[in-house]
Amino acid sequence: MKYAFLVWKNLWRRRTRTILTVLSVLIAFMLFGLLSAFNYAFTIGTDMANANRLVTIHKISLIQPLPISYLQRIRALPGVEDVTHANWFGGYYQDQRNQAPQFPVDAASYLRLYPELELPDAQREAWLADRAGMIVGSALAEQFDWSVGDRIPIQATIWTREDGGRSWEFVIDGIFTMEEGRGGDNFMLFHYDYFNEARAFGEDMVGWYVLRVADSADPAQVAAAIDAQFANSFAETKTSTERAFAESFVQQFGDIGLIVSAVLGAVFFTILLVAGNTMAHAVRERIPEMAVLKTVGFSNGSVLALVLTESIVIAVLGGSVGLGLSWLALESIPAAVSNALPGLFLPPQAIGTGLLYMLAVGVAAGILPALQAGRLTIAEALRRA
Amino acid sequence: MNVVRQLVAVSGMNIRSIPARRGSSAVAVLGVAAVVGVFAAVLSMATGFQRTVTSAGSEDVAVVLRAGSTTELNSGLGIEQTRIVAGAPGVARGEDGTPLASSELYVVVDLPKKATNTPANVPLRGIEPSGLDVRDKVSLTAGRMFAPGRNEIVVGRGAQLQFAGLELGESVQFGQSSWEVVGVFEADGAVTESELWCDVRALQSAYRRGNTFQSVRVKLAGADGFEQLQTALAADPRLDVDVERETDYYAEQSRTLTQFIKWVGYPVSLLMGIGAVFGALNTMYSSVAARTREIATLRALGFGALPVAVSTLLESLLLALIGGVIGAAVTYAVFNGYTVSTLDGSTFSQVVFAFAVTPQLLVQGLVAALVIGFFGGLLPAIRAARLPVVTALRAL
Repeated sequence: MKYAFLVWKNLWRRRTRTILTVLSVLIAFMLFGLLSAFNYAFTIGTDMANANRLVTIHKISLIQPLPISYLQRIRALPGVEDVTHANWFGGYYQDQRNQAPQFPVDAASYLRLYPELELPDAQREAWLADRAGMIVGSALAEQFDWSVGDRIPIQATIWTREDGGRSWEFVIDGIFTMEEGRGGDNFMLFHYDYFNEARAFGEDMVGWYVLRVADSADPAQVAAAIDAQFANSFAETKTSTERAFAESFVQQFGDIGLIVSAVLGAVFFTILLVAGNTMAHAVRERIPEMAVLKTVGFSNGSVLALVLTESIVIAVLGGSVGLGLSWLALESIPAAVSNALPGLFLPPQAIGTGLLYMLAVGVAAGILPALQAGRLTIAEALRRA
Repeated sequence: MNVVRQLVAVSGMNIRSIPARRGSSAVAVLGVAAVVGVFAAVLSMATGFQRTVTSAGSEDVAVVLRAGSTTELNSGLGIEQTRIVAGAPGVARGEDGTPLASSELYVVVDLPKKATNTPANVPLRGIEPSGLDVRDKVSLTAGRMFAPGRNEIVVGRGAQLQFAGLELGESVQFGQSSWEVVGVFEADGAVTESELWCDVRALQSAYRRGNTFQSVRVKLAGADGFEQLQTALAADPRLDVDVERETDYYAEQSRTLTQFIKWVGYPVSLLMGIGAVFGALNTMYSSVAARTREIATLRALGFGALPVAVSTLLESLLLALIGGVIGAAVTYAVFNGYTVSTLDGSTFSQVVFAFAVTPQLLVQGLVAALVIGFFGGLLPAIRAARLPVVTALRAL
């Protein structure tokens, strides 16, 4: 405790310099917070993926549809516990910019496959019974101020109706939430049967299948069995775990993630130099004082600790405030933006990593001057004064 | 006159003594260099992408899609409709009188990315023989054009560089059909170069698309060709299509990602810039502190406060400018022309593009550097000017 006072006094010795150093560390960690959020948003799909779920798509590409008849054949394979299917609808609400995903699905099996989708029982029953019903994620309901019972027109960009119309109307039967992977509930689900009967073309085709593998079965074997089942047919399949499927998307953006890490690297490099230089400067100035401290009985170790603490305090102080500011900034992002890029918030793991980085910056910036100070011989240091 | 001469003398002395403050000066230079470098790198990604996508468009070509579709991928047109479009007024005709129109099919295939060996969505476009007539910029640089009806593809240079298995003479497997690479084309680095092309008939049968297409590209006749075409298509009850100039179509396609990169790039650069100002302030304050005796001596000899202040500001500007030039030069050397590919949300396929570190970006970066230098030097300059001469001299 007696050292705390010393550290504090030393920090305020050159007030401007300390404040400026703290501020530059603050900026660095604010950037760190923003960029981690951004990185996390890009990979959120992978985080929410479940290892026991497999995704079966057309071998050529996801945009090629598969026949609905595959459903029975997949279900019959050993090791497949449950299976459902979904489609890409690609519509928008009111404005082309509001392209939150919509999926026509087989409601009952879809809800079985995705237990993380939380929906009140009454709403679940209502949706299952309502052919033209839809359930929407809470993030969307919030953004557009929707509530249960609202009639929502969705404009199709792909699926014209048989009557030539492009507007599809759905009644909101329920609003679902997802406990984990906050911000991931920005989509809408409606009934495949209703969609299939009313669309002008592409009948009896689905976008992809999702299946759950029995605990006793090996997912890799099941995936291989499915693909073998449809080999040499006109629609061959490619089955992978949900995680691998999500990762392949992230990898497709590839280079953008790389640039983000490069930016982070550049920021840290800069900040480290600024802080390091300032610390070294502050210690060099005080060499005679440290000699005095040693003369009155401070050990080498405690002088070293004093200097190091000072630099860690600067890093942690600036870093925490910066991280806090980035959290504030991210929390105040309007819903329209956060629904376009779900998961844009400060990920909890970034706080841990951030703290580690703060300590690392503090130690790296302070270690050389601290060692220098610890090794000082009294006579020499006093002579310099 | 006197002030100017004093200014020159003090600034000269000040700048010549920078090597004595090497360490702290280098910090300021590096800080500014990092900011300018990151700024130019991130935004060159946006300009590169935008340039790649928009330069594919041509003013005198129109794209016809099913009404309501935002991209070719979402669109769908029957053969009757594409014939009506091709025969419509406003469409230019070749020497033999056939309309310069290409009905096309656009699908996405999986190919491994060379750099990571992970699957990527690559666009495969089926075109008609007239497809080359509606694309002036495209030229075959190696091999030959695909033969009608055969499973042959010609590949864009960008696609060939980024994705595996597209060398001349190689065969690629899409589903059950195998396609031979017979030619390579270039298009001034436009997004077209990210695509693979084949005969639309061959693609229809390989993909079981019957007689359907997704878009029609037509060459416009004369100055009012577009208006003629638009009016004619809108008036035809058999059609329900949207028609857009190719330039507008591509501008719209590039908007989302470009805006997104700018939306990230500018605030990040601004924040970093503020950080660099703090760094520069620290450097300049310590510069003033290191020169306390010198400044006090000058003032005692009769030099004015203004030259002392301005010289400090000049030092800061000079350091920032050096940093800016270093940052800009490094970014230009490393990133200009650096080719990457990313998934474009609107077409759901990979776009191969090169970073474009344009002169405007470099100028913007240098201006930013000077602004950082100015704010980093202002307060220390004022402190230098206000230094109490007597106290400072007593420090001797």
